[in-house]
Amino acid sequence: MVTISCRDLDVDLGGRRVLSAIDLDFAAGALVGVIGPNGAGKSTLARAMLNLVPTAGGSVAIDGAELVGLAPSHVARRVAYLPQGQEIHWPLSVERLVGLGRLPHLAPFSRIGPVDQAAIESAMAQTGTLPLRERIATELSGGERARVMLARALATEAPALIVDEPLASLDPGHQIEVMALLAARARAGGLVLVILHDLAAAARYCDRLVLLHHGRVVGDGAAGDVLSDAALDAVYGISAWRGEAEGAPLFVPLRRRD
Amino acid sequence: MSLLLPLLLMFALLSGLLSIAVGPAHIGLPAMVAAIEGKGDPIVRAILLDLRLPRAILGLVVGAMLGAGGAALQGYLRNPLAEPAILGISSTAALGAVIAIYFKLADTYSWLVPLFAVIGAVLALIPLLALSARGESALTLILAGVALSTLAGAGISLALNLAPNPFAAMEITSWLLGSLEDRSFKDVLIAAPCVAIGLALLLGQGRALDALSLGEDGARSLGTDLRRTRLQMLAGIAIGVGGAVAVSGAIGFVGLIVPHLVRPLTDRSPSAVLLPSAVAGALLLTTADIAVRLVPTAMPLKLGVLTALVGVPFFVRHLLRERRLW
Repeated sequence: MVTISCRDLDVDLGGRRVLSAIDLDFAAGALVGVIGPNGAGKSTLARAMLNLVPTAGGSVAIDGAELVGLAPSHVARRVAYLPQGQEIHWPLSVERLVGLGRLPHLAPFSRIGPVDQAAIESAMAQTGTLPLRERIATELSGGERARVMLARALATEAPALIVDEPLASLDPGHQIEVMALLAARARAGGLVLVILHDLAAAARYCDRLVLLHHGRVVGDGAAGDVLSDAALDAVYGISAWRGEAEGAPLFVPLRRRD
Repeated sequence: MSLLLPLLLMFALLSGLLSIAVGPAHIGLPAMVAAIEGKGDPIVRAILLDLRLPRAILGLVVGAMLGAGGAALQGYLRNPLAEPAILGISSTAALGAVIAIYFKLADTYSWLVPLFAVIGAVLALIPLLALSARGESALTLILAGVALSTLAGAGISLALNLAPNPFAAMEITSWLLGSLEDRSFKDVLIAAPCVAIGLALLLGQGRALDALSLGEDGARSLGTDLRRTRLQMLAGIAIGVGGAVAVSGAIGFVGLIVPHLVRPLTDRSPSAVLLPSAVAGALLLTTADIAVRLVPTAMPLKLGVLTALVGVPFFVRHLLRERRLW
């Protein structure tokens, strides 16, 4: 069972405080959504949890061990990360690209083995990207590319998964598929952290929501509590309609506060 | 893919043998065999072993370094336009050599020119590492390289400007054009160890370069230590390309074009392009060096001139065919 915890975490970027006094604990078994307006510090929080940005204060620990002291390859095997934006720099085949997710497991100069191949197949099957196997990744549509990149992160088979904006450029069908997939991974005992802009999807699928505003945690808990009228007004400046369908909350942003 | 490397190796070896066989003096096969066995005409032996053999070895060694350097830098900078000269290291190496020529150090010891070139290349590491230490962005490094080559270019211009007579200027220009003519085993002794170190450092980076195709964050989240990668890349290029430029002068285009020719024959990942690019670079440069000897011109054609002349149209055609992928 993997845990990630942030203790009194501060992060500065370009001389500006982007995250301050973040105290959060994440454990396996729950799908956690990180929400907040543009510039709230969501992506920086994810990057800080992977030691991709230097911290100005406080600490991050994986399985109780301080992140800064851990070998990068160890972190890579424990936490898979799908950054925002889906950069792909070379016209690789989809299968080769998904195979990059196995890099943390490969010994120097060794090739993809049967275990790795099985992980690649499984990741592609889960994301419905098997038919794309031979396609050139840089020639895929935005939605296809998003799913292939998710498959790349899944192929690592790390117990923890941090995904930044996986729903951008996906059609509704694939949005539902991706959220259901992430929820299923969490239920199966994974630690899944997903950064979302889509509050409706966040409310419907996440077991726990963390609301960031100006680099601080201003809400942490079940969707119903975090997305209160007061919080929505203060953080997003919007009002919303709430309902329920098929036993899960429905949430529709309505209008911007004048 | 599996056949690519053996085929390239075979052709590179053939080009090396052909390079020994071709020259202004016609030497038949029996005379060659005799020379290798240590018999026959001592003049023929001298031509083969002291003139043509080092030239053939240098063609292979320099070509391998330029090819591998281009492939590694394209992967590292994630830029299909990258080539060994992009970091400015070739220019500072050239400046080192030009300084040695300008002060007539070569008149006392001929090996001082390549030695100064290697020193110039390694000195380039100081500003490059200092400028790129604050961030891992590829763009920072490219900009640092542009600044460095501009500065080194200015230094070379200064040497040409201050050259006391046309012959001194001519000597400098001639070196800058790039050639493998009249090289000896002293040059091999300078270039080969440098290139060996350079290749060892670069060829070990395949895994990190593959990870970098997902961007810097993507690579680091896959466990790549980008700091170490940068250090090994820069050191490999400085030592290897420095050693290559030291004996051949500035030979353009091989490092740019070779990875592009090799890439479609692989799975296009940076790691798969590395080793074949080294071998293809050796093959291409040696073949070009044979060609400059066969083309009948009034003055001996310079290798660097030929690679650029033939390289450009070939490269443009190739890019037009592959452009859908960029």
